Amino acid sequence: MSVVDGLTLFIQQVINGLRVGSVYALIALGYTMVYGIIRLINFAHGDFIMVGAYSLFFTVPLMISAGMPAWLSVIIAVAVCATTGVLVEKLAYKPVRAKGTKMSALITAIAMSLFLENLAQTLFGANPKQVGTIFSLPMLLGFSGNTLLTILIGVVVMVGLSLYVKYTKGGQAMRAVSEDKNASMLMGINVNRIITRTFAIGSGLAAIASLMYIVQYNQVTNMMGTMLGLKAFVAAVLGGIGNIPGAMVGGLVIGIVESLSKAYISPLTGGIITSAFSDAILFGILIIVLLVKPTGIMGEKTGEKV
Amino acid sequence: MAESILRASNLGISFGGLRALHAFNIDIREGELVGLIGPNGAGKTTVFNLFTGVYKSTEGAFYLHDKLMSGKKTHEIVAAGIARTFQNIRLFKKMTVMENVLIAFTKDIRYGLPGSLLRTAGFWREETAIREKAMDLLSVFNLQDKAGWGAGNLPYGQQRKLEIARALATNAKMLLLDEPAAGMNPTETAELLACINTIRRKFNITILLIEHDMSLVMNICERIVVIDYGEIIAQGLPEEISHDPKVIAAYLGE
Amino acid sequence: MNDKKNRTRSLLVSLLGVCVLGVVLLLVDSFGGMDSYIRGIFMQCCFAVIMATSLNLVMGYLGQIALGHAGFMAVGAYTSALVTKAIGLGIKAGTIAPISNVSQFFIGMLCGALVAALFGLLVGIPALRLRGDYLAIITLGFGEIIRVVIQNLPFAGGKGLANGQAGQALIGIMKMNNIYIIFAVTVVSVAIMLAFVRSKFGRAIIAIREDDIAASSAGLNVTYYKVLTFTVSAFFAGIAGAIYAHRGLGTLQYSDFTFLKSTDYVIMVVLGGMGSMTGSVITAVLLSVLPEMLRAFAQYRMLLYSVILVIMMIFRPIGLFGNYEFSLYHLLLKWFRKKPIEAEQSAAKGGA
Repeated sequence: MSVVDGLTLFIQQVINGLRVGSVYALIALGYTMVYGIIRLINFAHGDFIMVGAYSLFFTVPLMISAGMPAWLSVIIAVAVCATTGVLVEKLAYKPVRAKGTKMSALITAIAMSLFLENLAQTLFGANPKQVGTIFSLPMLLGFSGNTLLTILIGVVVMVGLSLYVKYTKGGQAMRAVSEDKNASMLMGINVNRIITRTFAIGSGLAAIASLMYIVQYNQVTNMMGTMLGLKAFVAAVLGGIGNIPGAMVGGLVIGIVESLSKAYISPLTGGIITSAFSDAILFGILIIVLLVKPTGIMGEKTGEKV
Repeated sequence: MAESILRASNLGISFGGLRALHAFNIDIREGELVGLIGPNGAGKTTVFNLFTGVYKSTEGAFYLHDKLMSGKKTHEIVAAGIARTFQNIRLFKKMTVMENVLIAFTKDIRYGLPGSLLRTAGFWREETAIREKAMDLLSVFNLQDKAGWGAGNLPYGQQRKLEIARALATNAKMLLLDEPAAGMNPTETAELLACINTIRRKFNITILLIEHDMSLVMNICERIVVIDYGEIIAQGLPEEISHDPKVIAAYLGE
Repeated sequence: MNDKKNRTRSLLVSLLGVCVLGVVLLLVDSFGGMDSYIRGIFMQCCFAVIMATSLNLVMGYLGQIALGHAGFMAVGAYTSALVTKAIGLGIKAGTIAPISNVSQFFIGMLCGALVAALFGLLVGIPALRLRGDYLAIITLGFGEIIRVVIQNLPFAGGKGLANGQAGQALIGIMKMNNIYIIFAVTVVSVAIMLAFVRSKFGRAIIAIREDDIAASSAGLNVTYYKVLTFTVSAFFAGIAGAIYAHRGLGTLQYSDFTFLKSTDYVIMVVLGGMGSMTGSVITAVLLSVLPEMLRAFAQYRMLLYSVILVIMMIFRPIGLFGNYEFSLYHLLLKWFRKKPIEAEQSAAKGGA
């Protein structure tokens, strides 16, 4: 293989990594925003992607038969996901938070994840479903147009979210609540409304992530959110959980690491470590980050008061 | 003069850029009762956290009986003989009063995993012995009748006492009391005073105490150290401290 | 001494209780009630009980969520299976003197438990620095890593060892059909864990759960007790794994040990009551038997569990049994004397 070919392959892998990474980043944002505001790892968040994907599965054919562009389905998916997210918060997390411990909150989150996965299985069966083509773009500069568009969507959404959090009143309130819930309450912020809004936005982002995922893989299963969610969670931790820019950076890094490790780990180690280990590598990164710098790349240190 | 028990030389700690304590020097003699006072946020509890290894000092060192203690872990410092109570009482609330004291005896128990799994004679002998010891200790604090109570169900004053009992059960030579009278009514405070006097006599223990209640401090402390903004601004006899212009300024504001 | 008399009595009563269960087992067996189907369910109850009680050590007593318990089970299962396989091959080749299946199983089980304990030690070390949700995630990560690694080990797939092939189910594992041995292993495991939590170790672990800063200020080496708990917990998960591997099907699949498997045991512990061994035992048996008895229900099993779990967290977060422990001796005293004497009550609590 010539140097030029090698370089092209490398760039190809990085671009692929950015594509997967932008999906992870959008999911990681949901984890991080919810964690920032109620200090809970929302285990069900990965399953919101599955909810979004099923919603696309059902609405894409409708859109096409109505003569409208298929991608408009994503609007419905965002609405469905946001509703699911808010319902999960109102029906399960909020009552538990009112009197339970951190442990019972976490168990509730795991339970909600199981609930969504099994509800989907009961309703739609366990077999994978094929989603129709949402868009197919021509190759551009030797790269898949779909891939480039996916990255572009990811970037636009991330920039939009950053602007929202930084400059709008709602975004500022969100940051205030994640900084100090009680003080925000005293300042007249309706904390419950902010929590609800955070769940809605986070779950909505998951719907967009499911669109980006489906453009690539075209497939929906009831368990699809588990691994995606876990990897995105690793990204959120890597970036510093609770930290919005951190989740974006973390998502992209994890995407690139995964893509490169799949491509290069086997030749580099003489076949001892195969690409099948790439998931183990991601979790290995998670463990190392948590041990060396538990607050992540961009997180701040918080100590316990004695 | 009695021998030195707890000595700090140039002890200090910074959190990021914030200097919470600086050039803290103290030399406490065996059997003394020293008061540590200062305005809110002066760094009093930081001193305790350093002396018990909860924080690691960034400057200086401290010694117990001339043995270097700084850098050691909390449980090692406790084993060497320094024990403490907390400003916001930290009992094991869901455990019984008896168990709270038993925990502090853990390091004296010699049976290991095999002994506890096989329930050997030695296991029962030691368990019975520490229960008796714990009962003796509880009776010093008049808590013997409440040994089976959940610690969280005790009235406030007795929770404070139980915390002191637990600290003593570690076999401490040096006791650090963090605002023992906080939140107590005058009767409870008087009772606490009597209690502190009793344990000093009975256990021959040295005490360093943080307190806001000035009358209490002036009443029982033999020597007082005043800190403000993380530095010692005065130390001496209660009489001297109460007339020290710097102390008055620190408390009343300039 | 009165204390001592009570302890002895309490022990005898507990032994008697176990014997009664054993006799029931014997009767069912000798009247032909133990076909391979029932035996399978029985085995499942046994390893589920050990898994739930050992997970309870970490979740209930130490107060930390562990989401990778199936990983330790996998380590125990694969290690024990490969060991019994190796012994079997050795006997066939004549390099090892022939020994009974039971002895082979015990050797494999011990190896599995020890290797699992070693992994527990490894996971316990991060537990020193992290707590709560971070620790939950790290245990999950470890569990997944273990599974992925097993999936990629050539000697842990196919026919195993030298003839193995990565990515396949491990086949041809010795079958251990002696239910009495499995029953005894389960009873002894639970008894050991009970003895563990009712000693200075259990006391220390609960204190650390309540307040780790206060615990270290009372002289406890928090690090040591945390790592010890993880190690002991993983040791018994290894034993459960060994039972699982030899339960009579002869095969092991890496996909048996996913994150979902771990959550099964989390559900048992949480429903039974974190901090109640009794609760863990009862829910482990119930949740193993119910899906088998109600085939139609099996399909909606997880859906129902998740709903029950959420309702439980809202209305009774301590679980069905809280931290209650059943004591047969205590119960008998109550029946025959109506009112147990205070001293005996405390002795029963400390003993049996």
